[in-house]
Amino acid sequence: MLIKIAKPHDLSESDVTPESVYLSRRRFMGGMAGLGAGLALGGPAHAEADYADVPDGDGPAWLKEKIDATRWQAVTPRDPEKDKLAPFDDASGYNNFYEFGSGKSDPARRAGSLETQPWSVVVDGEVNNGGRFALEDLASPSRFEERIYRLRCVEAWSMVIPWLGIPLAEVIRRAEPTSRARYVRFETLVDPEQMPGQRSAFSLIDWPYVEGLRLDEAMHPLTLLALGMYGRELPNQNGAPLRLVVPWKYGFKSIKSIVRISLVEEQPLNSWQQIAPDEYGFYANVNPRVDHPRWSQATERRLPNSLFSPNTIDTLMFNGYADEVADLYAGLDLRTHY
Amino acid sequence: MANLNRLMTLPNRWQLWRLGVFLAALAPLVIWGWQVASNAAGPEPGRYLLLNIGLGALWMLLLTLSLTPLSRLTRWKGFALIRRQLGLWTLAYASLHMLSYALFILGLDWGMLGSELVKRPYIIVGMLALSGLVALGVTSNRWSMRRLGKRWKSLHRLVYGILGLALLHFFWVVRADLGEWLLYAAISALIMATRLPPVARTLPRLRYRFGRAS
Repeated sequence: MLIKIAKPHDLSESDVTPESVYLSRRRFMGGMAGLGAGLALGGPAHAEADYADVPDGDGPAWLKEKIDATRWQAVTPRDPEKDKLAPFDDASGYNNFYEFGSGKSDPARRAGSLETQPWSVVVDGEVNNGGRFALEDLASPSRFEERIYRLRCVEAWSMVIPWLGIPLAEVIRRAEPTSRARYVRFETLVDPEQMPGQRSAFSLIDWPYVEGLRLDEAMHPLTLLALGMYGRELPNQNGAPLRLVVPWKYGFKSIKSIVRISLVEEQPLNSWQQIAPDEYGFYANVNPRVDHPRWSQATERRLPNSLFSPNTIDTLMFNGYADEVADLYAGLDLRTHY
Repeated sequence: MANLNRLMTLPNRWQLWRLGVFLAALAPLVIWGWQVASNAAGPEPGRYLLLNIGLGALWMLLLTLSLTPLSRLTRWKGFALIRRQLGLWTLAYASLHMLSYALFILGLDWGMLGSELVKRPYIIVGMLALSGLVALGVTSNRWSMRRLGKRWKSLHRLVYGILGLALLHFFWVVRADLGEWLLYAAISALIMATRLPPVARTLPRLRYRFGRAS
């Protein structure tokens, strides 16, 4: 945000689109079929023992019921040896949620003040069936699914996290978008009383935190509205009670504590793009070939790590979800649309 | 102050004072190391050390720079006696900060270090500040002071530039909230303000007034 560096636009044609984008149609369809099959078949029944050491939350009864009926392991990593789940304490104790401060442990320390019951979400804009919905009414019609996704932060660290939630596509379909809807805009709660980060006089973020997706990205089967993780409801610091999870994009796209979902005609201006347009774009697809101006995106530190083994691994195009999503960006210059 | 003075009447009182400062400056490193060893530093202990030691280096630099105004204000000899030590601690913290980056973040990938060095402005600025500290560190002995004569003082005025570079380095890693940075910038501005000739002249007079009032 604060550095002004010329973007390396002077690249040859061959640099424009990464090789991995040039997937054959067949491979892409195969990937989707695999995903579809995974969703249709469901996974093995959830063993309580999986999350035996995860503390219970104090979510409402309806949410516990939905979680109990989850389709467990609906999406799992292709290589579970490489993509081991981060311990719950790390996933819930080390993250960014600037509404609660800019340190990695601030959210866990300070998010207790967030009141998530009752919670309602406004669905508005280019929809026929909009309005203000109680969280239960928004989420209950869909069956919960467990999705084990890699989460790649734009700061070059990553974790593997088992989310519980519903496909965003189902919520959007129920809202009945009009033909004019082209993007989805999301807003986080603004309440400085509950969110100390919003009380800071020197915050660079113009609250509310805003994120957006193209409609086809929002409708993609991988895009999840999460209400839980690790077999329980979301801890406050992870964006309770409702957050987005878009696994092929940098973590900041996965907006937390959502209070508004708007179907819109124009591309929304997301918060990080507003703060630093030269560092953060609208798309924010994970891309090892396009560096952040202040650090490389070619590799990532898979957390938890230890002192003398930073656990640095190569970052994959679209965070390893290229088979499923690369087609969305065919013909798009990902260097310009970072 | 009375107790402190009694302590200072011991034969090796200044050595004791210096030793105390040494242990106090060492303590944060011991504490952070112990936290990492006992798994209390979070899922990314390397980054924990990197950030804490980096901030520690800035603390050391600000403490070093506050010694001169403090001795003007109090005329207590102790402040001047630890100036070189704290300056060297600044160098030590800054070097450990850089070492943590190379070891824990880059995993000693020297190729990566080379490319990061030329591409990332905040790293260039950090390295410049560290080089400055090295130059001051190696000329901090009596021999260099004698050798360099008058030029020694001009050389060691580099420290003001180093403070500026350190603040710029810090400014460029801020992502979402400038509050903490502004606090350090304000402290730095205050310490630098005490060096403005009119302020510097006023400091001893302030001490005189305090002395009379008490």
